[in-house]
Amino acid sequence: MDAQQALADLTEISSQIQAAVVFDDQGKVAGSTLDDAGRTAELARAAADLLALADGVAAGNGPLSQLEVATLEGSVFVVREGKTRIAATTAPEPTVGLVFYDLKSALRQISSKPERKAPARKAAPKNTAAAKKTTTPKKKAAPRKKKSDAS
Amino acid sequence: MRRSAAALLGVAGGMLAGAAFIRRRGIRSERVDLYYEDGSMVSLSNGSPDAERLLPLAREILRRSR
Repeated sequence: MDAQQALADLTEISSQIQAAVVFDDQGKVAGSTLDDAGRTAELARAAADLLALADGVAAGNGPLSQLEVATLEGSVFVVREGKTRIAATTAPEPTVGLVFYDLKSALRQISSKPERKAPARKAAPKNTAAAKKTTTPKKKAAPRKKKSDAS
Repeated sequence: MRRSAAALLGVAGGMLAGAAFIRRRGIRSERVDLYYEDGSMVSLSNGSPDAERLLPLAREILRRSR
C-alpha cells in the first residue's frame, strides 16, 4: 500500500485526524491529506523541525519514537518508524492512545510495501531454469541433515 | 440591602473562581509528551524551557494544516 492510500484509510478510520503527512528522514513527502503541495511541504518541514527539536530534549532517554504537542488550538502528533515519519493534527483534547495507534497502523501499512515487491518477483521467472536448478540441490540437502539428526 | 450586597459578592466571587478554573485548565492542557523507544515518557508542561521552544512550532503546524 502506498502512503497516499494509507492516509486515505487513516482519515476514513479516524475522525479525530484533521490533516496528516508522511515524509522520510530527508524531508521528502510521500503522501499528504492536504491538496496544496506547497502547504504539504511546509507542514512536513515544520514537523521534521519539531522532531529534531524534540530529539534534543532528554537525549539520555535514547531515540525518540513518537511525540504529542497539545495546545489550546489542537494537538500535533509525530510518529517515527525507521526512516518514515508521519505527522498529524487533531482538534484539542483528542483520544491520545487511539490517535497514536491509528498513526502507527498507517506507518506499518506503508512500511510493509517494500516486502511486497511485485516487479522483483515478476522478473524472477526469466531465470526459471536456473532457479529450479538451485532449488533442487537444497531440497536434497535438507533430508540428509534431518537423517543425520534423527540417527 | 445587605442581602443584595451579599448576593452580588457571591456572584462576583463565583465568576472569579470560574475564571481562575478555566484559566488553570487552559494552562494545563498545553503540554509536550515525548515517548522514547525504551518505553519511557517525558511530559513537559507549559512554562518549561523545552516546552516553550516546541509549542510555537506546533501552533505553526496547526495553523498551516488548516
